[in-house]
Amino acid sequence: MDILVQQLINGLILGSIYALIALGYTMVYGILGLINFAHGEIVMIGAMVTITCLNLLIGSGVELPGLLLVGLSLLMAIPACALLGFTIERVAYRPLRNAPRLAPLITAIGVSIVLQNLAMMIWGRQYVAFPSILPAEPHQVLGASITSLQILIVVLAAAMMAGLMLLVHRTRLGRAMRATSQSPQVASLMGVNVNHVISMTFILGSCLGSVAGVMVSANYGQAHAYMGFLLGLKAFSAAVLGGIGNLGGAVVGGLLLGIIESLGAGYIGDFTGGFLGSQYQDVFAFMVLILVLVFRPSGLMGERVAERP
Amino acid sequence: MSKSPLKVRLAYAGIALLLLAAPFLMGAGFGNSWVRVLDFVLLYAMLALGLNIVVGYAGLLDLGYIAFYAVGAYLFAILASPQFDWHVSAWIILPMGGMLACLAGATLGAPTLRLRGDYLAIVTLGFGEIVRLFMNNLDRPVNITNGPQGINLIDGVTLFGHPLERGFTLFGQRFPSDYAYYYLFLALTLLVIFVCIRLENSRIGRAWVAIREDEIAAQAMGINTRNVKLLAFAMGASFGGIAGCLFAAFQGFVSPESFTLMESVMVVCMVVLGGMGHIPGVILGAVLLTVAPEFLREIVNPLQRALFGRMIVDPENLRMLLFGLALIIVMLFRPAGLWPSRRRREELEEAHD
Repeated sequence: MDILVQQLINGLILGSIYALIALGYTMVYGILGLINFAHGEIVMIGAMVTITCLNLLIGSGVELPGLLLVGLSLLMAIPACALLGFTIERVAYRPLRNAPRLAPLITAIGVSIVLQNLAMMIWGRQYVAFPSILPAEPHQVLGASITSLQILIVVLAAAMMAGLMLLVHRTRLGRAMRATSQSPQVASLMGVNVNHVISMTFILGSCLGSVAGVMVSANYGQAHAYMGFLLGLKAFSAAVLGGIGNLGGAVVGGLLLGIIESLGAGYIGDFTGGFLGSQYQDVFAFMVLILVLVFRPSGLMGERVAERP
Repeated sequence: MSKSPLKVRLAYAGIALLLLAAPFLMGAGFGNSWVRVLDFVLLYAMLALGLNIVVGYAGLLDLGYIAFYAVGAYLFAILASPQFDWHVSAWIILPMGGMLACLAGATLGAPTLRLRGDYLAIVTLGFGEIVRLFMNNLDRPVNITNGPQGINLIDGVTLFGHPLERGFTLFGQRFPSDYAYYYLFLALTLLVIFVCIRLENSRIGRAWVAIREDEIAAQAMGINTRNVKLLAFAMGASFGGIAGCLFAAFQGFVSPESFTLMESVMVVCMVVLGGMGHIPGVILGAVLLTVAPEFLREIVNPLQRALFGRMIVDPENLRMLLFGLALIIVMLFRPAGLWPSRRRREELEEAHD
């Protein structure tokens, strides 16, 4: 029972981070029909810039509470990532909007390789430690432990997701985004500036991604130039699991994937009588992903829509 | 067969001579390590041609193609190494590898091929990762794949009683194994090219292209889209499996690290960058994307010294950075690939009018 609660809590934390990243994938996919392979790298850059700013702030002897320091660093990291996302779209995707479908996929992979190696040049090959300035005292919930930081991660992620939902469903920009995702041509006939909407989509996705990157590195206490790759892969899987292009689906898919993964890590040994160990947790997660898609080919919350020409 | 004009025949003879002399020219000009690069060029050409059937002809994005390569490589490694002390002949394992990969492709394809576009991509990606993770972890409780360490001391290929890894002697000159394997790979690559050309012009090939262009219309024309897609998947997989067997024999060592998602992505890049669905284009893509990183490896250090007078950044990162930039620039300027098929080029021009 304790283990179950603990794994559910771990899954919730992991899942809310996946969900934040998955939103970035799903928004871009919904509007452009493009797998933005470089999104994971934006998450990584967000974490790296924040850590660098934190170290600078601490090094300059500023005496402030840890949370405020992280907040200040985020004020640097979020615009940096937003600018990066904006630039990537401008340089690598926009010129290819009418090109064959796989062409922007290759530039996306190119951008991803460039950013990974650029990050390695700047921050080195080693793991970069996240300064331990955040509250880490554990609380007991139903026999399981959760730190204040982790509670903060879940709450902040939920707040950001709610904010995004409000933005998409209640504002003028959100309406333009939804219109563009249905049909860019008709939206532009109705006076929507499609290029502006697409840029805003990348900026919003990058903001969410950079915060998610900081959450991951704060939770595990470290960051690495390659961290974006696996995170991006998992988050993209989560977006597909929920039904890609669907915001609610990305949240559900992210949470579900996080929980499946940590339950898998905790129980896979028991399920198989000790035959398979926790090193199979990713296998377990991907198996579930494949099975869900076999039985629900458009993801959990995706609508059945005809293939775009 | 009709007679081709003299010019064409001379051109073919020239290409044939160049292909036969390539390792000697490379070896004499740049050293033996470049002959090895040449061998890898051929291996990747086989892989890219196999994937081209799936992505280029049938239009199914497969991001886990390297899994079939892995299946072939591990089959060879298990059947012909001290791991279980089985030493089956390569000539028996090669067709087995093709068939096993074909079976794996069909098993994966059967339940998943009704998924559309990018959902299929993510399922194949998941499959690729599952295969790699199993290879990484199947060292306990029963040691089958030797885990992350991989399998070592794999037997080579023996041709007419002559083991290829001993190399050969020509005009009193010894040539290492890389030269011998080059000719084996060349022969098999030519075979693969031949099969691809025949497939392209066959009923099945036309059915694949029809599905790529418009699945519903293809169905209306009486094509059994599920079976034909499955065939594309299985056939592409079997090429990958055979290439995997050859890789294991050539390298003498396999480990899960050779079969990461990045490798799958690289093969997709070869197909798309070269020109989807166009055999010469795909081969060009394989040649460029295999040679470019090696070429950059040779030039980044002199380049850094010439520009800055000293080494500023890690050459490995600089090399991959330039490689990524090259991918972006090529795609921006040639969105249909470097050497697209005529049909595809016409389509694009139509779209722009």
